[in-house]
Amino acid sequence: MKSYFRTIMAFLGVSILSACDVANNEQLSQNSLIYCAEGSPETFNPQLVTSGTTIDATANQIYNRLISFSRKDNSISPALAKSWHVTRDGKMITFYLRKNIAFHQTEYFTPSRTLNADDVLFSFNRILDKSHSFHYVSGGSYPFFQSVGFSDIVDSIEKINDYTIRFKLNQANSSFLANLATDFAVILSKEYGDKLSIMNKKEQIDILPIGTGPFKLKSYLSGSHIRYYKHDGYWNNEVAIEQLVFDITSSNTARLTKLLTRECDVIAYPIAQEQIIDHPHFILDEVTSFNIGYLGFNTLKPPFDNIKVRLAIAHAIDIDAIIDTVYSGLAEKATTVLPKSSWAHKKNTAFTHSKTRAKQLLNEAGYPEGFAMDIWAMPVQRAYNPNALTMAKLIQADLNEVGIKVDIVSYEWSTFLRRLRLGEHSSVLLGWSADHPDPDNFFTPLLSCAAASTGSNRTAWCNEEYDSLLQLALQTTNIAQRTNFYHQAQAIVAKELPLLPIAHSKRFQARTKKVKGQLLSSFGGINFAEVTKE
Amino acid sequence: MLIFTLRRLNLFFFTMLLLSILSFSLSFLFPGDPLINLTGQINATEQELVVLRESYDTDLNLFQQYIAYIAHIFNGNLGLSMSSQTEISSDILAVLPATIELSLFAFLLATLIGIPLGFIAAINHNKTIDNVILSIAMIGYSVPVFWLGLFAILIFSITLGWLPSSGQISLLYEIEPITGILLFDILLSNSEYKWQAFQNASAHIILPACVIASAPATIFIRLARTAMLSVLNTSYIKATMAKGLSFKQIIIRHALRNALIKVVQHVGLQFANLVTLAMITEVIFNWPGIGRWLIESIYQRDYTAIQGGLLVLSSFIFVVHIITDYIYAALNPRARELRHGS
Repeated sequence: MKSYFRTIMAFLGVSILSACDVANNEQLSQNSLIYCAEGSPETFNPQLVTSGTTIDATANQIYNRLISFSRKDNSISPALAKSWHVTRDGKMITFYLRKNIAFHQTEYFTPSRTLNADDVLFSFNRILDKSHSFHYVSGGSYPFFQSVGFSDIVDSIEKINDYTIRFKLNQANSSFLANLATDFAVILSKEYGDKLSIMNKKEQIDILPIGTGPFKLKSYLSGSHIRYYKHDGYWNNEVAIEQLVFDITSSNTARLTKLLTRECDVIAYPIAQEQIIDHPHFILDEVTSFNIGYLGFNTLKPPFDNIKVRLAIAHAIDIDAIIDTVYSGLAEKATTVLPKSSWAHKKNTAFTHSKTRAKQLLNEAGYPEGFAMDIWAMPVQRAYNPNALTMAKLIQADLNEVGIKVDIVSYEWSTFLRRLRLGEHSSVLLGWSADHPDPDNFFTPLLSCAAASTGSNRTAWCNEEYDSLLQLALQTTNIAQRTNFYHQAQAIVAKELPLLPIAHSKRFQARTKKVKGQLLSSFGGINFAEVTKE
Repeated sequence: MLIFTLRRLNLFFFTMLLLSILSFSLSFLFPGDPLINLTGQINATEQELVVLRESYDTDLNLFQQYIAYIAHIFNGNLGLSMSSQTEISSDILAVLPATIELSLFAFLLATLIGIPLGFIAAINHNKTIDNVILSIAMIGYSVPVFWLGLFAILIFSITLGWLPSSGQISLLYEIEPITGILLFDILLSNSEYKWQAFQNASAHIILPACVIASAPATIFIRLARTAMLSVLNTSYIKATMAKGLSFKQIIIRHALRNALIKVVQHVGLQFANLVTLAMITEVIFNWPGIGRWLIESIYQRDYTAIQGGLLVLSSFIFVVHIITDYIYAALNPRARELRHGS
């Protein structure tokens, strides 16, 4: 009985002691920001991925690029390069770097010099040059760059002096600068790469990253959290947040709960948006994204190698119901991969929801009794698809009515992506968020032959006529001509239907009113560089 | 005591044998290549596979394969996780302490609340207070734990905002894992925010521990009540009454100890039950323990992790059982003479 009493007293004592530190605690939570993210990053190097989760976690936090998109009007603006010059024929582009840009100093690396042209060469040659000592580290796949045909565009990169870099292109390319301004074209540290080569730990460059960005990595535990500390010598602005933590919470409900209990300051992809708007302490941010959510067919696997089967499925699915249910009506129905706001958009009215038409097509294709198929549904929420599982269930019900049995498959996100790359799926609910405003950024990564071999084209569809139209569109800067080429390309996609476009959505996030600043942009990942907290 | 120990060891040996055979056979029962299921080497090259086949004796008969498997386990090699390609043994060591911490805390809570309440009910046999306590016990026992967990989050985290809803500690605090038991690690750490971290971690453990404790506590109430009632009906208690001792003296000096002995025996048995509840609760409260890890592995079809996790978890529960048997035997000499293990 006595010891029972003692335990209680000890516990009370601890509580009283800890109350002395409340002021101290306020300071800690004021200098720190916790962001509830929806999934774990696959790597810490954006060059290697196209997944938005990874880009959110790494691109704008750890790294910078030569140029970036201005947040006001999406025009291209200076970043690590203070200015650039393009020759009249469009084949030579020279970048002039800023001086005194410091790399991160961490427990695993201390830089001895600031950024110079060698780092830029190192970062791009790693992608372009197959004999580069880092090219095959982490698998040698650079999906974004391979999908835009970066190595075909760039002839060579040369260092003019320590702060001047010149890109020579094989031909003028109207989307080249936009590609360099995307979240994927980050600048790594050559000095760090050299040090890792000596230590024979090259793969570390993508696991323990060093960049010039506003935050440096402190620790990472997969599925649990990422901890960043402020980069004291950040070149662009004084960073207000001392400690930035990504709390990895894959469940929608858990993220919302953490916002309500103030365990997170900002949460990704919130559910119950109306309630957040009505809540006095929270703000719902939304940004119109350039994206597309789609159902992709693996065109190498029967029966999806048959155009009629793909068309039948398109007619069987009620997209309006999906938009109401999955996107709560907050999305634009997609008829082609491009959103309406793009200048190259061409409306397509071929797919009306019609079960009789679907059954007729199945008959013609030789499947009067239907067949069984898999739909792979993403386990995470993305802007273009807030709830793939629900969407899969709706599609399952629709297809069941025309005799197609659907089995829904889902894995943890990194496993899911790995298996997709292996082409194990027969159909998949996925999407694409654009990295820059140029329409090429939809057509090439999603459906070109180059992307089919590197993986961001999950349909494995490869059409030479379509590819040549994309090439022609890139070789000119005349908008009328480009529009014409892209319209023809969209007509081919509508006829062949390697993927069924479903919706273009908005990206949402919720935050407490204490957090000030702009985190979201129409392109690319979230950015905490200029965020403040009261 | 020697006979007792031998009996326990015998039981331990055969249970472990059955467990390991079950775990070994799982790799054949899961879809896919048994060797890959056993090792988790999904990216192994041909040469690596040859070495693996060699070390697991896959070309010999089943019995020898089983022996090779046991040898690997004794070397602490449970294979690699199929999804993250990390060592399963180190994964388990990272998550098991969190479960032990939560279970122990819940266990303490259940005993400290349940047993006294049960005694109080017995002492006030057939009075209002007895019926009230019994009704509470009945309700507590009937409520499903996942519902209670969600309900607790709704009330105490979301509506009242008193306690956090998930995790072990706020991510603001960086605590180096030394023992793996977070509350100890905080006290051992040299963080400047040590005391707030401790307070924060304590706040995090309260809700899940209470939810887990609810079911065992109600069982303890009934156990303690029955034990106390049977003790109060014995002749030696009647004798003390005849001697004219006060009721308080009778309870404190004679009844309590003897009733407690009867309770201890069953308390150990409840531990397995409690760990099962802890697993469900870990998922709800996002507690980084072995339960959540195992359920996550099941969800990801990570066969290697499922095998290793089940083996470790069941051995752990079994060891706890044997320890409580020993404690009971130490407290109650008559139990050592019994023929069969409880």
